[in-house]
Parts: sequence; structure tokens; C-alpha cells
Amino acid sequence: MAQKKKVTARVISQTCLAPGIYDLRLETELAAGARCGQFVAVYPKDKSTLLPRPISICEADPRAGVLRLVYRVAGKGTAEFSGLAAGDGVELLGVLGNGFPVEKARPGMRAALLGGGIGVPPILELAKSLRCERDVVAGYRDGRCFLKEDFERAVCGTGAQDGACGVPTAAGTACGGVPGSEDGVLTSSAGAVYVATEDGSVGTKGNVMDAIRENGLEPDILFACGPLPMLRAVKRFAQEKGIPAYLSLEERMACGVGACLGCVCKTVGVDAHSHVHNARICTDGPVFEAGEVDI
Amino acid sequence: MGIGGNGERMTGMKAGMETGRNRAGEICQKAAEAGENAAVKTAVTIAGVEFQNPVMTASGTFGSGMEYGEFVDLNRLGAVVTKGVANVPWPGNATPRVAEVYGGMLNAIGLQNPGIDVFIERDLAFLQQFQTRIIVNVCGKTVEDYLEAVERLADTKADMLEINVSCPNVKEGAIAFGQRADALFDITSRIKRKARQPVIMKLSPNVTDITEMARAAEAAGADALSMINTLTGVKIDIERRKFVLANRTGGLSGPAIRPIAVRMVWQCANAVKIPIIGMGGIAAAEDAIEFLMAGATAVAVGAMNFVNPYATVEVIDGIEDYLRRHGIRDIHEIIGCVK
Repeated sequence: MAQKKKVTARVISQTCLAPGIYDLRLETELAAGARCGQFVAVYPKDKSTLLPRPISICEADPRAGVLRLVYRVAGKGTAEFSGLAAGDGVELLGVLGNGFPVEKARPGMRAALLGGGIGVPPILELAKSLRCERDVVAGYRDGRCFLKEDFERAVCGTGAQDGACGVPTAAGTACGGVPGSEDGVLTSSAGAVYVATEDGSVGTKGNVMDAIRENGLEPDILFACGPLPMLRAVKRFAQEKGIPAYLSLEERMACGVGACLGCVCKTVGVDAHSHVHNARICTDGPVFEAGEVDI
Repeated sequence: MGIGGNGERMTGMKAGMETGRNRAGEICQKAAEAGENAAVKTAVTIAGVEFQNPVMTASGTFGSGMEYGEFVDLNRLGAVVTKGVANVPWPGNATPRVAEVYGGMLNAIGLQNPGIDVFIERDLAFLQQFQTRIIVNVCGKTVEDYLEAVERLADTKADMLEINVSCPNVKEGAIAFGQRADALFDITSRIKRKARQPVIMKLSPNVTDITEMARAAEAAGADALSMINTLTGVKIDIERRKFVLANRTGGLSGPAIRPIAVRMVWQCANAVKIPIIGMGGIAAAEDAIEFLMAGATAVAVGAMNFVNPYATVEVIDGIEDYLRRHGIRDIHEIIGCVK
């Protein structure tokens, strides 16, 4: 793993994707070692807000040295970030945490990638990293389905851009490459994108679990990031089906590097580092196998 | 500690300020003549243990060095003061354990630790690879807990022990040892009888008169004091009408507490003869120098490690720069120079 560093990144661009949801592209050397499911800690300039804000990586382009962060304004620090403009410098600590274990999704398996709310962004880089069939299920509060087109492009390859993908279904948008597609070859980009909205304005009315059921998805492996109630439901679903599930957890953090023990989660077994039933989300996670954590 | 000379030095510095640029120019000239690496002596000695420089890590903010070893060369630190360790593993408190507040943070970790056996085998073994002093912070719920951990450390390479009688986040009463002078005297003297290494008592600021606690620890035989531990605080989430921390109260640290910490170090430096390790919101060399001038023999960087993982070495370099810039050859010239 690349060594952790504190660096100054340069803002390439920032756009607002939905009310309170921002899309920040940064030029930084940290992109070189970044993997899906990892995060960076972003420092506010206002010194009354000392601690860096952990933000998951939405996309990483190691060759161009670009990190894409999609975050929600949740307080003073993120409100400050929303004012960043092209050319601004911003301090980052990274790359932090372990990413999603993409190797667990072996060729021939069908993975379901579940994102809820501000847990949707890290699923994008995951969708691009997996080398097996994958269905993305993104859950939103309302019809402002940020990143939906990005998922369609990522899961359906170039199809989304030329209109070959994006067939509307009851659930949202399913795209090509489903099993038994016309050429009979399952490409690495095979899969579909489903949407659930709490208000029912797009896709399935309800949450990501409702969308899984409504669309009859039968995944072999689950990856999820979202609010705790959603992760609990994903864990239950995985246990019922007897399939592995990898959950990305969050907690208030201070150091981000495993020293302060602020961001622990309960573990089922005695953790190898702590020797108690606690693991550090920042360092041992943020992604855990559902069976390991007591959530 | 060279306190006698400090008054003169301060007079000299004041005179320098009065004459303005000429004096500064002279110092620059002197520094230039001596070269970039003009030898400034920053080594300090506490209870017979020599430290290559006075900069340590505050317990609980640096683990046992493994995590921050990715950012800083641990060989450069005066000492690593480890996260508190008890005789047995402690699970700590529920989350949320941390909350940011204006200019600082609250924490209520609850002294989660892997227990003394794992600590000795893993953490101490790790730290022994580095040319830095090792100060082991010991916590407990009863005097017997402390004594057990202290005894287990007797034959280890720990250079000193720091006794945490001041954690505000553990309900079982450890704090009681640090908030009553008679209880502090009792636990200090009992630990001193058992301890093979010099003992530092870490004082709580959550008392009416910290000098009373400092005197009690000194009278009981403590070799040094460290101060301050965190100040008890509360943060309320006004949207949810709830405490932010699961523990409700937490310990306040960071720059917000620095003036209080400097004041307490200064008060205690004038009340006791044993050396003091000062801490509380040190972010940069100038903060550390305030503590030294207030009478601390050494300083520790705490919460600011979370903000700037390079803070410790930046403070070390910054102190040396300050000494060079002012033509000071030995750090003892500034220790306790402000009475």
C-alpha cells in the first residue's frame, strides 16, 4: 500500500450535483495509490475546525493524478469545501483505509453493489474496478439521482453515451450485457443499474433492499456503503442468502490513521489489533465482511 | 535547571528588542558565523533519564508510535509516551467517541487498550527498535490494577512510567485518584514503592487548585509531573437534542485549552521542585516554547498529531530554529525564564 501522506492538492473543478451534494475533482499525487473504497481526509482552512473530514473516493485516475470526491455538506468543514473553486489548494491526508476487496468477486460471480445516499459515490470506483458481472443499486431520498449517468457509463461501457444503454424499467435503468445478451458473451462490463427513491419519484419506491427484491436480483456477493440501517438490512439479506457481504462503515473520526481509537466498530470476535471486540474503522476498515462486525 | 541564568537572558532579550534591528542583525550574524547547524543543546534530563530533545507525544494521541511512524522518524522524538495500558484489556466506551469543538476536540475513548501482556510483547518490542525514550502510560480502576501493570513493566525497557490518574472518561473512578490530594498522595506513594522506573504523575486540570495536587504528588515521591490531562466538556447536538458523545462528557484538548495549560504549568513550576512535562494544545514550536518558559522541562504534542501528523518533528525543528535565531546555546536558558 502506498505510504500515507499529507499533501496539498489542486482543485480542478467543483460542481453541485444536487442540493448539498458536491462533486470535487482534485489533482493530487495521492491518486496514484488510491483504490475503490479508500478515503482521504480533507482539511478545512478555518483553523477553528481542526480535524480533517474523511471523504470517500468516488473515482481515482492514477495516470492523470486525479481524485474525484462526491460529498454532502454536513457541517462547517464541508460547507467550506463547497466553496472551493478551480485552482484552489486544499490539504489532504491519504490515502486512508482499506478499499473494497475486489478480488473476492471472482469471474463468473454476479455482484450487487449497493449505495445509499452519500454512500453512493464510493460504489462508482468499485463498479469500475470489478471484473465480474455487477448490478448497481443506488438509493436516494428523491429524484435527484446524482451519479446515475456515471454508473450507467461505468456498468454499460460506452453504451450509455450513445444511447444503447439506459433502457428504462420499472426499477430505474437496466443496461445491456445481461446474461444471455445477443452475442452471448458476458463482457467485463455486464450488469445493470437500478435506482430506489424514498419518495418513489424514480425507480423502486423505497430503499435499496426494496429494489433488490422488486427486481429479483440474485447476487453471489454484496458490496455496500450507506447509512447504518441500510447496512444492517444488507447484512441480514446476506445471512439469509448465505452469501458474503462487504460493508463500508463510517464513524466520527479524529486521526484517520488508527492512533486515536475514536472510530471503532464492534466486532464479533476479538480483534487482532485491539485484543477487544473493537476494530478501527479508519485503519482496519472502513470495509468489513458483514459477519465480522456487530452492527 | 539553570534558572539563575534565565533572568539575565531575559534581560538580554528585552534589551535586544529595545535596540531593534541592530540586535537582531547581530544575532543573525552570530548564527551565520556558527553555520546552519550551529550546535544548540536541546537535551534535557528528567529524574536521571536523558532525553535527546524535550519533545514527546501526549498519551493517547500517538498509539505506540506504529501509526505515526509512517509520517515521522520516531528516532527523532524525545520520547514516545504510549497510549494508556491497564493490567487487562479494556474495551473502552461506545461511539461516538470524538467530537470536534471550536479550536479543539472532545474525546471519550475510555482508555481502550489491549492489556499489559500484549502491550509488552508487541508495542514495547516495536518501540525498542528506535532511538527514543519510552514512557509507558499506565491506567487502572483500582490501586491494585495500577500496581499489577507497574510490576509487569519492572523488567522491561520502559524508561519511565506515567501514571494516568486523571482520565475523565472512565467511570470506575480512576479520576478520583487525581481529584483528591489525599488519594493522589496514597496511590503515588504505593506506586513509587513498586516501580522500578521513575514515575511521572499525570495531573487532572479538573480540580480547584492544581498546585495542591502537584504538591501531594511531590510529597509522595513522584519523580515528575505531566500536565494537563483534558478538561471535561460536553457538546450537545441541538438538532437531535442529544449529547454528541455516547459517554455524554468528554475530555477537551487542542489549542482551545492551551492558555489554561500554560497557566497551570506555570503555577505548578512555582509550587514544586520536581520537573514538569507540559502539554495542552501544542501545535507549533512557539506553543512548546511558552510551556518551557512557564517552567516545563519537556513538552508533549497531543491532539495536534491528529491535525498534523508531522507536528512532533516540526516542533523539534522549530525549537532549534528559535534557539539559533536568538543565539541561545542551551534550552535550559529558557526553561522557567518567565516567572
